[in-house]
Amino acid sequence: MKPFSWRFIRMWQRDRDVFLRLWHAEAPGFVAEPIMILLAMGLGLGAYVGMVDGQRYIEFIAPGIIASYAMFSASFECTYGSFWRMEHQRTYDAIIATPLSVEDVVAGEIFWGATRSLITGSVILVVATVFQLVSSPWALLIPLLSFLAGIMFSSIAILFTSLVPSFYSFNYFFTLFITPMFFFSGVFFPLSSFPEIVQTISWIAPLTPVVHLTRALFWGEFHLNLLLALALIIVLTFFFFSISLVTMKRRLNI
Amino acid sequence: MAIILTQNLTKKFKGLLAVDDVNLEIEEGECFGLLGPNGAGKTSLIRMIIAVSPPTEGNIWVLDKDLAVYPRQVKAILGVVPQLDNLDDDLRVFQNLTTFARYFAIPKKEAYRRSTELLRLFQLEDKHNSRIRELSGGMKRRLLLARGLINQPKIIILDEPTIGLDPQARHLVWQKLGELKAQGITQLICTQNMEEAATICDRVAIMHQGRILTQDSPQALVSRYVGDEVLEIEANSGSRGKIIEELTSCGLDFVDAGDMIQVFHVSRDELARTMVNFPERLRQRPATLEDVFFRLTGRTLAE
Ligand SMILES: Nc1ncnc2c1ncn2[C@@H]1O[C@H](COP(=O)(O)OP(=O)(O)OP(=O)(O)O)[C@@H](O)[C@H]1O
Ligand SMILES: [Mg+2]
Repeated sequence: MKPFSWRFIRMWQRDRDVFLRLWHAEAPGFVAEPIMILLAMGLGLGAYVGMVDGQRYIEFIAPGIIASYAMFSASFECTYGSFWRMEHQRTYDAIIATPLSVEDVVAGEIFWGATRSLITGSVILVVATVFQLVSSPWALLIPLLSFLAGIMFSSIAILFTSLVPSFYSFNYFFTLFITPMFFFSGVFFPLSSFPEIVQTISWIAPLTPVVHLTRALFWGEFHLNLLLALALIIVLTFFFFSISLVTMKRRLNI
Repeated sequence: MAIILTQNLTKKFKGLLAVDDVNLEIEEGECFGLLGPNGAGKTSLIRMIIAVSPPTEGNIWVLDKDLAVYPRQVKAILGVVPQLDNLDDDLRVFQNLTTFARYFAIPKKEAYRRSTELLRLFQLEDKHNSRIRELSGGMKRRLLLARGLINQPKIIILDEPTIGLDPQARHLVWQKLGELKAQGITQLICTQNMEEAATICDRVAIMHQGRILTQDSPQALVSRYVGDEVLEIEANSGSRGKIIEELTSCGLDFVDAGDMIQVFHVSRDELARTMVNFPERLRQRPATLEDVFFRLTGRTLAE
């Protein structure tokens, strides 16, 4: 494996420029939808659910929504978005004929995906603040966490992208991986309400530690297990990041 | 000094041998053409030279740098015009150039200056802010050419640069390539257009089934493989056999091209002196690179 260089920033800038031109077309996905879910579930369902873990339901799910939509943003960007650039537009082909290497391109895409997570996480956090759901100044660190989680989810997504033959393959990725995590990583109910086996699986799913950490920062309540969660995120990130550099190189440099 | 040197360069795709033991020496400042039928391996060869495709075997040196060791340094001085359009559809025309300039770490102000000038040069100024999909095929090719020059390359590598261009645009490109050559910029061009090769290339190599069959200046190739003139004999099925028999017995160099028989390395007068039954329906025309191409790669489709 070869490492990437500072030139990855060129790829990141390219994606940023495109986003700045087109963001309004995408805004419903990363702004309107999470806010709708937060309010509909939080206020609507919350009226029946009452208190969870000593919190109002809307306060309980808000950090989970931040974590999951950070995941969605990175995952969409580095699956459909990246695949489109790679296969349909041949943008990668053009760029690897410049001083950028495949590794730089992949790293640029991953950090851009993470930037999307950061933007999404921040937008929802602001909305949550406006609704006076945030109870701790530690919440200011949430965008940073969203960024870190974004690196992890982008790496996983682009790894998948580097291996699949067609657009349709992403159905598997979202139906079998992303969506289950959304429902079984403790976003909407505490993990303890699931049977033992689901709890165990859930602990390995990459979204779970992100939800726990986001919730801790959101409420300002910490415990030792969170260090484990952070360590898990970092390990998974390194793992998927490095493999995706290799698999993408194999796919592009043929 | 060879500015591009390849040694035993080979590329295999699974079972398929796309480039087979190619040794090229491209001199600094020359315009080198790569000719060959579809599937000959031209694009595969070029993709190795621009460092986006690793050779299965063999080595490449560009400006005395081993490409396997210094791909970045080499890519920084190459200008590449690919066969397939890979413009960035997410960006407008001008932004395509400035964004590309950024990949080469060209400062913003300079990038704007060069992009403006290149758009003017390729007569695309009024498309400055257009979307890529609003451009015609020929305009896209011109933009690709402009993009290939954004880093003021020492070597430009063009894969079918004028395919799909109208005659005006084609001449514009040839003229521009001529100017670049005058500035000492080395050019490696893949083309199917024999007129193009004969007009702008100092030397050409003919590639077939992954191998380089021959290389030299276009004139030298023509006189070596065809001679100055080609005699084309129209022969019906009745006379054909006899003519072929006589040409063979006279030891003449000819090809049975189906609708006619082509005779090479001989003038009309010489033929008249040699043959007893001089064919009446005979046409004489100057030999071209296309004749060389056909002689070496055959008349039928390779695949
Ligand atoms: N990525 C690839 N995977 C498998 N085979 C390939 C790949 N790229 C090219 N080939 C094969 O290699 C051979 C040479 O192809 P190449 O594109 O180099 O030909 P070419 O001379 O550029 O042809 P053309 O004039 O049609 O552009 C062909 O048989 C082609 O099918
Ligand atoms: Mg080709």
